[in-house]
Amino acid sequence: MEQGQLKSFWRYFKRNRLAVGGMAIILVVFFIAGTASLIAPYDPGKTDVSKKLKSPSPEHFLGTDQLGRDVFSRMLYGSRISLSVGFVAVAISLVIGVFVGAVAGYYGRWAETILMRFVDIMLCFPSFFLILTVVALLGPSMMNVMVVIGITSWMGTSRFVRAEFLSLRERDFVHAARALGVKDRRIIFRHILPNALAPVFVAATLDVATAVLVEAGLSFLGFGVQPPAPSWGNILTEGRTYIFDAWWLTVFPGLAILITVLSFNLLGEGLRDALDPRLRGRR
Amino acid sequence: MNMSENDFLLQVQHLRKYFYRERLFSSDRKPIRAVDDITFSIRRGETLGLVGESGCGKTTAGKSILRLIEPTSGQIFFKGKNIVDLNREELRRLRPYMQFIFQDPYESLNPRMRVGEIVGEGLEVHRVAQGREKVEKVSEILMKVGLHPRDAMRYPHEFSGGQRQRIGIARAISLNPELIIADEPVSALDVSIQAQILNLLMDLRDQLGFTYLFISHDLRIVKHISDRIAVMYLGKIVEMADGEDLFRRPLHPYTQILLQAIPRLKPSGRTQEGPAREELPFHSLEKGCLFQLRCPHSRERCRMEEPILLDQGEDHLVACHFVS
Repeated sequence: MEQGQLKSFWRYFKRNRLAVGGMAIILVVFFIAGTASLIAPYDPGKTDVSKKLKSPSPEHFLGTDQLGRDVFSRMLYGSRISLSVGFVAVAISLVIGVFVGAVAGYYGRWAETILMRFVDIMLCFPSFFLILTVVALLGPSMMNVMVVIGITSWMGTSRFVRAEFLSLRERDFVHAARALGVKDRRIIFRHILPNALAPVFVAATLDVATAVLVEAGLSFLGFGVQPPAPSWGNILTEGRTYIFDAWWLTVFPGLAILITVLSFNLLGEGLRDALDPRLRGRR
Repeated sequence: MNMSENDFLLQVQHLRKYFYRERLFSSDRKPIRAVDDITFSIRRGETLGLVGESGCGKTTAGKSILRLIEPTSGQIFFKGKNIVDLNREELRRLRPYMQFIFQDPYESLNPRMRVGEIVGEGLEVHRVAQGREKVEKVSEILMKVGLHPRDAMRYPHEFSGGQRQRIGIARAISLNPELIIADEPVSALDVSIQAQILNLLMDLRDQLGFTYLFISHDLRIVKHISDRIAVMYLGKIVEMADGEDLFRRPLHPYTQILLQAIPRLKPSGRTQEGPAREELPFHSLEKGCLFQLRCPHSRERCRMEEPILLDQGEDHLVACHFVS
């Protein structure tokens, strides 16, 4: 991105305190996920039935679960899973969405009709139940969850990218490339895509929030990440049984999900707003 | 095709570009005729000026000729080859010989590419030069348009409007084209810069033997650079003649109004008040001369019958029923 634009973008973004806060929290979550093995006080899989269902104490920060595992340590490791599922799923959906949107928007005509009607069809499925069905058929695993979320959530991106391509392909610098005899593929990747990506990445930030939420939902229903591997979703599920006796088993993972998703949403909205005046004032 | 026609680098015949407004619940298929049956030719080395007010279809005509916009119908012979019939790949191979200079230097340069990449892209794509050879070639081209070879490393936003237009010109001449269509290349620039860019274009023509189709709304600029001038009104050519001839004896009422509208330095030289009437929406016209509503000489015949472009001697073509 150009220096001047980046600067004014940052100036707009900085004014939005909530978004900056969201970004800070996300950075913290990232840090935690990256260093979980260093900061976790206990092995997340180590059981000690003599210490089961202990309430939060200086020894066990967020208490222990029904098998005596340290909830704090499990949640630290769980953040890895939530974030990787979120990012990998969004990466997959971006690749598909950008490809479909680019082809539809650049070539138009029948390619556009076919692809966009396919998008409409995909959007007709209640996505959570579609994901649930596919995961149930393929068998639940972290990899399947990522892939399935990815291939069921690219439609918004493709619509967005298509719209960007539609307007960019009529811009003079694209006409100029065509007049030079630049091939389609190069026009798409060198001239149009780099100019279309900034808003796409912003939208992707919001998608990460959705993907984290879907993963938690799937794990909660038992179709996501399988125990004993800890994910915020399945810690929540296991704690559900003891919700009246051991509130810390559900409250903390719930809060973690809430705060993370909220932060991604705030960041995404902040980025979007900061990008907007720049688009309007583009010159 | 007879012998004399071989001198023509570009022949445009009955070129049309209609835009259809698409509405979901309406069967209104009346098109907007941006370019409506224009025919002209340009000889090798000649500069043809295309003038007309904004919205008359000049730019659409220019872009259609290079098939940057697909024409609705018509023939375009470039070096005797009808480019309307070419497929994508054939057209792509012919691209180096015909180039376009855009009106808005802020719109026409990719903000995410360095100047060197912008100017050198054609060389790379058509395998004219690569690597170090390309860099040298780009430096050479940049110097030709009055930029510094060092500028190749910079981004477009670091340049002023005039310099950006130089970059656009550098890109257009990078492949040694024969025909250059210049679409209002100076109208987005400060008056002080306009002359510099015009002079650059004329110098390049003299040195490198380009043929120009020079599109502008400014008759003075067009007169300065053109050998012949075509006047466009609402998608049609209404008058076409040698530049000197057109200024000496403008025959179409529209051309006369345009000439009278040119501001003059000497107040005493002021002509009679121009009879230009208010601009009116042209799709309301059912038939007859397109200029009838604004024409001071409009008569019954103009309402019924559309005039065709006829030669009034000395290659001076006019589309008007009442050429005196």
